[in-house]
Amino acid sequence: MHSDFETLAVIDVARHYGRRKALSHVNFTCAAGDIIGLLGPNGAGKSTLLNILATLLAASRGRVEYGGRTAEQAGADIRGRIGMLGHDLFLYPELTARENLVFFAQLYGLSGAHARVQAALDRAGLGDRADDFMSGFSRGMRQRVALERALLHAPRLLLLDEPFTGLDQASTKALVDRLRECQQAGCIVVLATHDLDIVDGVLSRAVFLQNGRQVGEPGPGTALRERYRQAMTT
Amino acid sequence: MMRAFFRVAWIVVKKDLTIEVRSLEILSTTIFFAVTVVLMFSFGLVVDGRPLNDVAAAILWVAIAFSGTLALGRTFERERHNDTLRALLLAPADRPALYVGKLAGILLLLALVELVLVPLVGLLFAAPIFVHGFHLVALLAGGTIGFTAVGTLFAAMLVRARSRDVLLPIMLYPMTVPVMIAGVRGTAALFQPTPDLAVAQFWIGLLGFFDVVFVTLALWTFDPVMTD
Repeated sequence: MHSDFETLAVIDVARHYGRRKALSHVNFTCAAGDIIGLLGPNGAGKSTLLNILATLLAASRGRVEYGGRTAEQAGADIRGRIGMLGHDLFLYPELTARENLVFFAQLYGLSGAHARVQAALDRAGLGDRADDFMSGFSRGMRQRVALERALLHAPRLLLLDEPFTGLDQASTKALVDRLRECQQAGCIVVLATHDLDIVDGVLSRAVFLQNGRQVGEPGPGTALRERYRQAMTT
Repeated sequence: MMRAFFRVAWIVVKKDLTIEVRSLEILSTTIFFAVTVVLMFSFGLVVDGRPLNDVAAAILWVAIAFSGTLALGRTFERERHNDTLRALLLAPADRPALYVGKLAGILLLLALVELVLVPLVGLLFAAPIFVHGFHLVALLAGGTIGFTAVGTLFAAMLVRARSRDVLLPIMLYPMTVPVMIAGVRGTAALFQPTPDLAVAQFWIGLLGFFDVVFVTLALWTFDPVMTD
């Protein structure tokens, strides 16, 4: 596919809101099959960076390259290779699970939308609730539908903002398993989270952010929580 | 290319109508509000069964502007609720097509509101709404498109702003003053005891010009405005 890419490079990215710096000098690269964790306290710039990666926000300085091309160079098609699951779930409560997914499948111009949607709902374990309204779903069920919405078009880059919030143990495990499937399928996953214990062992690499700045990453080998503590105190 | 554009716009309209048909939330509140505005004015401005000069046209457009603002706010509140506007913007579709879809959905809603509003104004203010029906429809269509074209852009821009409910009318009304003036003057010309068709046609032409300018500007600016 012309708009496809196998590497993602964040090069000296900064984002300012007026005089406030939300992000400064962020640099990292990743490749197909990587799961990158954006870790840091509230207000560190994680969601801002995810929005820049999603092309929803322009960087004030620096650039993001999707396989060597910026979003401007790649055009609107690049968004067809990006999937995002935000803190809000991007689903309409007044529509059923099936209607939500069919709507987004059609918006993405996917062929065989109905068959894809049924397969996605089966994968989420919600095939028998497909025609129930989203407003009647639990947080975990909504999260599963939202993840399938983000994956419906088989994106190369999957962006997740606090995906484990409000999930019970079984839903968390299901989400981790799904992330590993995406990894094996060659997806680049970038996730922002505070749930260090859950993602420890899942991440290929962690990017630590504090007050919008990338802070040093201690060497591998120690537990993620310890590396996080060290990074935040440097 | 154009087919894909209108396909996306239609998908957005279909989704908005499906939700509205189920909830009737925006339609019912907007019609209720518009009818209340017209009734309140009729109590104050119709004396002994005779309305003041030109008042019917002004009240019709005041009701359209107020209920339109309500519909714009509620429509985008729905997209804000679960941040679904961001999901729409993430799609690889032409962003102006999303704008056209939202615009068309709101226009349909306002058309339904006007179907109730215009006969009510005709009834309460003794306005001759059927004498030059085609001209009246042209004025209503031109005015509503102009008002909604600007309103849809501003409402989408403000969806994440904390003071959006205050900012929308503050930004929208000054920008759409020419549309409102054209609508009121054109409608007033039609509602006179001897309708002045030449004047009405002039304002219809001007509304057409405003519509082309506003829709073109909105299509041009929607993508950059929504990215930042």
